[in-house]
Amino acid sequence: MTVLGNLALWLALLVGVWGALAGFVGGRQARPDLAHSARRAVFAMCGALLVAVFALEWALFQHDFNVEYVAAYTSRNLPIFYTWSALYAGQKGSLLFWATVLSVFGSLALVLTPRRHRELLPTVAGVVALVASFFISVMLFGHANPFQRLPYTPLDGSGLNPQLQNPGMVFHPPMLYLGYISITIPFAFAIAALLSKRLDADWLVAIRKWTLLSWLFLSIGICLGMWWAYVELGWGGYWAWDPVENASLLPWLTMTAFLHSVMVQEKRGMLKKWNLGLIIGSWLLSIFGTFITRSGVISSVHSFTQSSVGYFFLAFLIVAGVASFALYATRLPLLTAETQLESMVSREASFLFNNLLLIGIAFSVLWGTLFPILSELVQGTKVTVGPPFFNQVNIPLGLALLALTGIGPLIAWRRASLPNLRRQFAVPATTGGLTLLVLLVGGMRDLYALLAIALGGFVAATIAQEFARGTRARHRQYAEVYPLAFARLLGRNRRRYGGYIVHTGIVILFVAFAGMAFKTETEATLRPGESASLRSPYGHTYTFTHLGISQYDALNRQITAATVEVRRNGKPIGFLTPEKRQHVDGLGRPTFQPSTEPSIMSMLREDIYTVLGGTVNGTEQAVFRFTINPLVWWVWYGGMIVALGGLIVMWPGGSPAARRAQAGYAVRLVGEER
Amino acid sequence: MTVTRRHDGTLPVSRRGFLTLGVVSVLGASWNVASWRRATLQSQDSLPGTGPSGRLWDPARAGRPLPPVTAADNDAAIQAIEKQIHCTCGCNLDVYTCRTTDFTCTVSPAMHQHVLALAQQGQSGRQILDQFVREHGVAILMAPPKRGFNLAGYFVPSLLIVVAGVALTLVLRRWVRVAVRATEAPPPDAAGATPEELARLRRELERLPS
Repeated sequence: MTVLGNLALWLALLVGVWGALAGFVGGRQARPDLAHSARRAVFAMCGALLVAVFALEWALFQHDFNVEYVAAYTSRNLPIFYTWSALYAGQKGSLLFWATVLSVFGSLALVLTPRRHRELLPTVAGVVALVASFFISVMLFGHANPFQRLPYTPLDGSGLNPQLQNPGMVFHPPMLYLGYISITIPFAFAIAALLSKRLDADWLVAIRKWTLLSWLFLSIGICLGMWWAYVELGWGGYWAWDPVENASLLPWLTMTAFLHSVMVQEKRGMLKKWNLGLIIGSWLLSIFGTFITRSGVISSVHSFTQSSVGYFFLAFLIVAGVASFALYATRLPLLTAETQLESMVSREASFLFNNLLLIGIAFSVLWGTLFPILSELVQGTKVTVGPPFFNQVNIPLGLALLALTGIGPLIAWRRASLPNLRRQFAVPATTGGLTLLVLLVGGMRDLYALLAIALGGFVAATIAQEFARGTRARHRQYAEVYPLAFARLLGRNRRRYGGYIVHTGIVILFVAFAGMAFKTETEATLRPGESASLRSPYGHTYTFTHLGISQYDALNRQITAATVEVRRNGKPIGFLTPEKRQHVDGLGRPTFQPSTEPSIMSMLREDIYTVLGGTVNGTEQAVFRFTINPLVWWVWYGGMIVALGGLIVMWPGGSPAARRAQAGYAVRLVGEER
Repeated sequence: MTVTRRHDGTLPVSRRGFLTLGVVSVLGASWNVASWRRATLQSQDSLPGTGPSGRLWDPARAGRPLPPVTAADNDAAIQAIEKQIHCTCGCNLDVYTCRTTDFTCTVSPAMHQHVLALAQQGQSGRQILDQFVREHGVAILMAPPKRGFNLAGYFVPSLLIVVAGVALTLVLRRWVRVAVRATEAPPPDAAGATPEELARLRRELERLPS
């Protein structure tokens, strides 16, 4: 099977290189024969890569430990779910996964894109084939071939890192990969539009779903990553500003900026240069994230093993960046706005400031991530840039962005009048002010938490007002009952109201983040029968009683579990069972250091998070860390609401003519003639 | 009858022999699956009064033995200092988070003991941090100190956003002025022509063949 896998990789590379050549030349010279050939080359490359994936999965499931990748990431007793996900657990397999998914997305884009965009498709095929060929080249020439064999066959493999043996890790990496990879499709369309000089709003229509899809995958991937970090790593938080976490946030921020600014181009024919720049920048940031994860240039707990593939990515990043922006620069004269901004107080202007903040946050995250390298270059001293730095720089910017999330929808397109602004802002501003007042009277004094929750109230009121007015208008105009009017309002304006649902999720996330300012924790050493107490920010007293320790075997691990009874204000509310796990291979040999498995009692207002640190001198006297994390539940549900809103926006429907009309700069003032 | 499966064309095993081998293999494999053997190993439950209390059945499984927690370990001032010190084990976490998360790490507990020792000598938080910087360099701090080139780290993003915001405001105001001027300018129709020009236009039009 490894022979088949190797053959498939070489075939995919050859076909990919041909596809890239045929695509670019076919697009440039408008030759249908080459255009067809490029299209077929992408399909063939996809087929060959799927065969390679099948071959690797076969080796994984057959426990062919003569294959270095299989021996490094699996063992005979690894649960089947994780044996499957070992495909992308390591550097080499994840490169194969990346190239394969890209070829699948590329094929789908070529099949699903309507015929009216066919002039762009040869170049799209060329870009997809070129990028996928790069990834295959890294595997074949960068010592990252997942089918590489060992000179001997171990009895069993090393097994998968215990921290990766969690359902979150089965779904989180592929989701992030899907997000990163799918950005290539809008980027390919952008390059095709630049090369063919077809820079009207048409190419935007072609990529709308792909940009949303990419943003949605990134959002879900980031949220799942936070969830995994929280339930698995044991440090009691979900975001640590690690360089790899930052790398996933960067394209998400730029894609979010694009999803807002593209509306200005669609409705007003403005910001063409900006939007193209955002798409190219987002794609480059996705490659930059891959470079950071794989090069070892910045230390991160999430990085793959340091290897030479980093140089390949750096070179590719530089070449692709220079080529893309050089092409972009030559087309700037063609990217003039078709209308002009009429007022500083308009939706367009608010979107521009929203973009400024999103890109500003992206820049500050990038700046902080790269600052250790920069510091070493400039002052010869490496510094550590950890959460205190990022929080100090980014929290004020995040709060300003939250405020704009509420302000934007309240301002009319083109120009807003003073009476209109007064009418629009009255309820949200009052709600925000009242929220602040209630919090101050309630005794809250943390500035950032106060602002986050008060602004959350302001934005929530904005969204509620938008839904209420829309529903009332339908009720009056069509005599629909309110629930039906609400459903139709949402169903017939999916983009707008789906967007508001995303904003609702963002508000919930910000409020939940603010909750972590009130986290409390304690360490305790307890003998069976002994208790420790901790007071929650809501004034409850939680008592934790250590009942004893059990030791038993599970499929591929030996477990030491403590049972802790939890009481709130004296009333029993349940048990927690934090564990220490010693993973073993199929022969019973320890594979990794013992890992901690937190036990979490999740409630609407707060989570009780317990970690078993270890035992004292091999007795049942155990060291625990008890943490009360307020509002964490809302982080996961905020993330789900963001995803739900994204799905609503993406949901297919509406006639192509209507969608084109929307992309045709259709905003008019009330009373203005058509 | 032979089973023709192997690369050399034949497998010299009878059907009965093959099936027997299969059954024996399955039984053998199941005996080796750790989770299926759990019943024989589960008598270690040590809830009070139900099992061997006190010593664990296999302490090695519970990781490195830990010392009992002391009051100083939970001291908020000590924790605040440790949250500013970078653990050097390669975890990217601060000393407090590392020592209360990765209980296999031996670096962060040693750094914690060092913090406690310095605190017991009467050193303030600032002095303890300075001592760590003297011993390990400035990279030991979780955030760079606000001086020299590090100020760029803290203020460049905010400064750039402010400058970009001002520039954006100026550009938008210019765009708005241009747009307003365009809408206020009289339309290029006959109303803008002088009487002489209109008379000349009329004469030219009359001269055109009907």
